[in-house]
Amino acid sequence: MSLLEVRDLHISLQTYDNVVQAVRGVSFSLEPKDTLAIVGESGSGKSITVKGIMKLLPKTGRIDAGRVIFDGRDVTEYSERQMRRLNGSEISMIFQDPMTSLNPTMTVGKQIMEVLREHEKMSAQDRKARAVELLRLVGIAYPEKRFGQYPHQFSGGMRQRVVIAIALACNPKVLVADEPTTALDVTIQAQILDLLKSLQRKINTSIILITHNLGVVANIANKVAVMYGGQIVESGTVDEIFYEAQHPYTLGLLASIPRVDDDSGSLKTIPGTPPDLIDPPVGCPFAPRCDRAMKICRLLRPEHTRISGTHCSACWLQHPYARQAAGKEET
Amino acid sequence: MQNMEVTKDLFGPAEADAEEREKISRPTRSGFQDGWIRLKQNKGSVVALAILLVLVALAFAGPAVARYDYYTTDYGAIFQAPGPAHWFGTDKFGRDEWSRVWYGTRISLLIAVVAAGLDLLVGVTYGSVSALLGGRVDAVMQRIVEVLIGIPNLIIVILLMMVMPAGIGTLIIAMSISGWVNMARLVRAEILKLKNQEFVLAARLLGTSNREIIMKHLIPNTVGVIVINTMFTIPSAIFTEAFLSFIGIGLQEPKASLGVLINSGFQVINSHAYLLFVPAVVIVLIMVCFSILGDGLRDAFDPQMRI
Amino acid sequence: MSEVLLEVKNLKKYFQIGKKQTLKAVDGVSFQIRKGETLGLVGESGCGKSTLGRTIMRLYHPTAGQVLYNGKRISGHLSKEENRECCRKMQMIFQDPYMSLDPRMKVVDIVAEGLDSQNAAMSREERESRVVKLLEMVGLQREHAGRFPHEFSGGQRQRIGIARALAIRPEFVVADEPISALDVSIQAQVVNLLRKLQDELGLTYLFIAHDISMVKYISNRIGVMYLGSLVELTSSQAMFDRALHPYTQALLSAIPLPDPKTERKRSRIVLEGTVPSPVNIPEGCKFCSRCRYAEDVCRRITPGFHQVEEGHWVACHRYAER
Repeated sequence: MSLLEVRDLHISLQTYDNVVQAVRGVSFSLEPKDTLAIVGESGSGKSITVKGIMKLLPKTGRIDAGRVIFDGRDVTEYSERQMRRLNGSEISMIFQDPMTSLNPTMTVGKQIMEVLREHEKMSAQDRKARAVELLRLVGIAYPEKRFGQYPHQFSGGMRQRVVIAIALACNPKVLVADEPTTALDVTIQAQILDLLKSLQRKINTSIILITHNLGVVANIANKVAVMYGGQIVESGTVDEIFYEAQHPYTLGLLASIPRVDDDSGSLKTIPGTPPDLIDPPVGCPFAPRCDRAMKICRLLRPEHTRISGTHCSACWLQHPYARQAAGKEET
Repeated sequence: MQNMEVTKDLFGPAEADAEEREKISRPTRSGFQDGWIRLKQNKGSVVALAILLVLVALAFAGPAVARYDYYTTDYGAIFQAPGPAHWFGTDKFGRDEWSRVWYGTRISLLIAVVAAGLDLLVGVTYGSVSALLGGRVDAVMQRIVEVLIGIPNLIIVILLMMVMPAGIGTLIIAMSISGWVNMARLVRAEILKLKNQEFVLAARLLGTSNREIIMKHLIPNTVGVIVINTMFTIPSAIFTEAFLSFIGIGLQEPKASLGVLINSGFQVINSHAYLLFVPAVVIVLIMVCFSILGDGLRDAFDPQMRI
Repeated sequence: MSEVLLEVKNLKKYFQIGKKQTLKAVDGVSFQIRKGETLGLVGESGCGKSTLGRTIMRLYHPTAGQVLYNGKRISGHLSKEENRECCRKMQMIFQDPYMSLDPRMKVVDIVAEGLDSQNAAMSREERESRVVKLLEMVGLQREHAGRFPHEFSGGQRQRIGIARALAIRPEFVVADEPISALDVSIQAQVVNLLRKLQDELGLTYLFIAHDISMVKYISNRIGVMYLGSLVELTSSQAMFDRALHPYTQALLSAIPLPDPKTERKRSRIVLEGTVPSPVNIPEGCKFCSRCRYAEDVCRRITPGFHQVEEGHWVACHRYAER
């Protein structure tokens, strides 16, 4: 059974005079020990999707349809309060900016102990011991001394480590990381990625990683879901996405990153701009920018087509008719 | 739409549409239009704005539709209760309260608006000069502001009122003499923030003159702050005027202002409470509505809120 | 090789914070940019690369050193005429596509700003047709001219910023992290646009970024900065084939490649610790606190910036021994 299953999730955000259909039918599942990367550009709905799952939507956001099943329980209708009990102990989240998720007036040790007190029955002494152990686990030197320090005494990378320690305090089954390295420099990013990988081996947590950096995905993920225009357009194992991608958007995305190890010297781009989800395109969201778009792409939204047991693509090119048409042209 | 038949001919290549690729779905609106739409959605602000408009209209038209003026005394008709002849009754000299209330509202609003206008003029000039010149000039100008803030406002006003002849002009000058300080500080802070904004740097690199930068970039981007602050200055000026008149150093009878009316109503509170009640309601309405409208404007024009 | 267009000589920019402390944002940087080339400048946040760009563009007064443009000094005080000349020849593209466009102005006025201030006597029709041409040059359309910046996406805004900078036909453009705030597919768009414009208009770029892979793609040569100083400067090919400075090596090794199979096999140099504060930097090599190869000499003596091969400069005592 899947650890987390999301079925046909729809989320909309109300702006003062419009409705943004931020997530339009997203389904995926997460197995134990998976690292699922949700890749997409800003406005693709990747962040809103997990915020919807975690019940952290802004006040203007609403889940319009869909189900979220966590560990056999349907949590779609959970209140914020019920979800908070789950958050932190069974599913926890780390954010892009470590500074905003730490309380500047509290020592980091206290902040870790706070989480433990809320979710676990432990004596104060045990809590402290556990907090120091967690700091050591995330690779902070001199954890006993650092325990009593305030967030501003830590550098950006170290703060992100503290945030990870807090997130892992109660051995969650799922760790949701929303752009955990975007605010960090590359050398620090490498440290944090290494840390996440080694922690996952040690404590068997499943990770959902939201990012727009395909290098990070290749480094850490084993499954990938590519989002565009509020929908998942392609999903599969990391090798399937990087080496056997089918969807023109995924292909375009991969072609538009320069490779340090490759000297072909040309860079493909995807022309145009992502759709504004106030008024999403009727058919495939990518059709206006797709160089292989067909008439049908503008009219009907493509269904997910299975390519292998794990690989799916939502594209009309997978339709038998499209293959026939392509075949005819070749001959 | 989803039930459409999937036929083979739909799988032909589609024309690429350059326009569609760079499509912008939102309608074109300036920041002000945007803010106005948001303001209209704020029910409190709309109601406050409507009440204010009605009060302003009455302040100007009220005395004209009455059969009496505000200063003619009629000793045969003193302390009449509100009725068909005198809609708000008459006071101890038999003057028509309806005319007096709206005339007083007009004077109070006039004093407040002119005082706020002076604040705006002096404050914006002082603040922007201080921010733009920077360095030593800024330091000196800020020390002066700090000294002015250090002296309690009311003391300056009361002292001035005592040396100068009573009248509307004196009231306005007394209130403006220290009132502009707040505006100056706000404008200075805003311009300092804008000065290092990338679009101002870009303008400098394009060779735009300092004058043009001020006119084209700095002032348009501070207008929001200025308007909102003015919305809060006006009610506080009305309050100050009422307070001064109430303690007897503001306007003098037979002139009327809301403060003067409240003062004379207060003297007969036990026998003729309506003389206190009407001007009190008007002043409360004005102050509350300006505050609500100011809040609404701030929410509507705060760039942080734009999605 | 073409002539030198811009030369930076031992440029320093210090900021005084408080009475005693000095932040050495740029600390003795020297390099040349030739006509028509792109020099990439990379480094982590706080390394002074943006300050360097802004000092070259005369937004800051240098503490010491000189900037020469076409052999003429342009740093320090200039006459009004020289100032205008500078404005016309050098332009800048900014990082933040949200803050770099005035929210109260329409696109047409934003793009025409340079035209307005350089030649005031332009007819309305000409002004508009120039703006439309500029917008089309960056892939936007006529009807976008009447819109306000907040209606556009990040990539579109950045292209408006490029159109604004190019309106007065500069020769030299400083691009200060122009793609950092953009999405991957849009980054490629903007970089390709910059390359296309370089070919068409014969521009020379100083391209500042922290993403070294994008910099490699657009630049002929790359300089790596660490704590206010250049530590290595060479052609982009040589930078990736045989980086000499340990910091450059670590930086290159830290980039995650979009290739899962390579990533699984790869072992990377992980730098310990974080960048020290640029306030009160001690004597010696600035990198020695994080360097695997640091020796006694590195802690005592600041290494000079030497040319060790044709066109390959490095500031390290021990580059040859390893």
